[in-house]
Amino acid sequence: MSERGAPGGATSVRGIAAAVRSREATASSVVEETLERISAMDGELHCFHTVMAKEALASARALDATIAAGRDPGPLAGVPVALKDNICTKGTTTSCSSKILENWVPPYDATVVERLRDAGAVVVGKTNLDEFAMGSSTENSAFGPTRNPWDASRVPGGSSGGSAAAVAAGLVPLAYGSDTGGSIRQPASFCGIVGLKPTYGGVSRYGLVAFASSLDQIGPFACTVEDATLGLLAVAGHDPRDSTSIDREVEPLLDSLGGGVGGLRVGLIEEFAADVAPSCSGAARAAADALAAAGAKVGEVSIPEVRHGLPAYYVIAPAEASSNLARYDGVRYGLRVDAGDARTMNLRTRGAGFGAEVRRRIMIGTYALSAGYYDAYYGQAQRVRTLVVRAFERAYEDFDVLLAPMTPSEAFELGAKTANPLDMYVSDLCAVPSNLAGHPAMSVPFALGESGLPVGVQVLAPALREAAMLRAAAALEAAAPPGVRGPVKLAAAPAGAASDGGGE
Amino acid sequence: MSRISVEEVRHVALLARLELSDDELAVLSGELSALLDHVEQIRRLDTSGVPPTAHPLPMRNVLREDEPRPGLSAAEALAAAPAVEDGRYSVPSILGDEP
Repeated sequence: MSERGAPGGATSVRGIAAAVRSREATASSVVEETLERISAMDGELHCFHTVMAKEALASARALDATIAAGRDPGPLAGVPVALKDNICTKGTTTSCSSKILENWVPPYDATVVERLRDAGAVVVGKTNLDEFAMGSSTENSAFGPTRNPWDASRVPGGSSGGSAAAVAAGLVPLAYGSDTGGSIRQPASFCGIVGLKPTYGGVSRYGLVAFASSLDQIGPFACTVEDATLGLLAVAGHDPRDSTSIDREVEPLLDSLGGGVGGLRVGLIEEFAADVAPSCSGAARAAADALAAAGAKVGEVSIPEVRHGLPAYYVIAPAEASSNLARYDGVRYGLRVDAGDARTMNLRTRGAGFGAEVRRRIMIGTYALSAGYYDAYYGQAQRVRTLVVRAFERAYEDFDVLLAPMTPSEAFELGAKTANPLDMYVSDLCAVPSNLAGHPAMSVPFALGESGLPVGVQVLAPALREAAMLRAAAALEAAAPPGVRGPVKLAAAPAGAASDGGGE
Repeated sequence: MSRISVEEVRHVALLARLELSDDELAVLSGELSALLDHVEQIRRLDTSGVPPTAHPLPMRNVLREDEPRPGLSAAEALAAAPAVEDGRYSVPSILGDEP
């Protein structure tokens, strides 16, 4: 592993931070090696929109100076991280994979960016996503798709596909995405890594470009449960700049990882089994068996309301999106297509700046909120959301955590689902109920599918019960068969094919 | 059967301020109709007496003291604007020919 690791040989978040903190490695050497790896490998994968080489090297040198001066460089000292390109970075383009924000440079950092820097992590670049995080394959990017490191003919999932693929390819040990309806967990499953959506309000949304504000959450990707936990702890906690941020102390979650699952009540959700590939339902069942063998009290649970999640989500999320995306009007930032009057300018700017999927969502949302349809669609979807929340509450009377398939299939071929939007939407089937409820949920690599691609298992928990979720996830990781998780061994791209990493 | 006609799609596109071609309107009519068919399964659910959930947490308004604090300077706020004039955003004529 040393050929792809930090100079001390470490490739994990914990290992790199330990090596840098103990001066076995310098932050500069870790970052230099990371940038070389990205330069060699990202030409084919296209995980990155922007590689922040200059800024990253400057941060690393500053960290090394801090360490040399005997000061504490932070718990994630020298850990290279990648950020989905809908997380604002002051002075660095934040495009949301959209032509409407192609050259937009935010005047401020997101709270998670500030917290990562305070923790000593080094932001090395901004990753590809489906435009405005709307999609499940990263094919809806205005700047080209990302490819799955396990098989370049397949999608990495989405919408946080660039972040997931960057971690799965071993380009960075830690990356962040946003999860509105599975956009962290589904690509984590497709890429054989851990992806964690925290409790709604657990991580500040300040500086996350809004898609659907009552559903969006930022969370980490990593190859192991422990590294994902370290990634969560670095950014979690109250932020007065996000009015939906929970004002409560963050638990010391690392203690949970070794806690085992003895006595933990685990419920396998029955409903999705009929809707997903046998490899995906089989993985969930095998996970339940593994937790039972490890001492958990495992049972099955029927929650019929979770099947209403998808149609409710595809009213609520577009409705919120249509409102949030009204801000792209060609006035204050982003693209403007000029016209003689303001309304025509708005119409042309938005028609030209948004891609097909974003336009579709805006149209669905505008329709669902329009006079005469508001109660029938948006109002009804909100009442159904209550039914989903109540159904989870009933299930959690008997169980501490729940298990479910993560995705209906393993990673599909590029282009396989682009012709019919509903086919793509079904990718989110098992993921959206947790967003509607605001609950934490995560994907843990647990099996290989029919094509030899990784398949994740979903662990769900009630709000603020990340500790129980992580106990189960750590036990699943320990029980998982070999070869199901990243990083994938990649051959370096042939000379001349390497990307400069700088452009779309 | 289309649940939403091309003329309705045209109206919604105007509400959403999206300039779309006739071809795009026709495609969207089919796609939106298919999605509304999918949503039909929850429209039929009996939700009488069920309160709506707008937000996953039991939230109350979060207030702070109304005290000045640092923000973006005018120059920073205007830096990304497509057109600026005299320290302000510049836009085409708003009043005039609009219906």
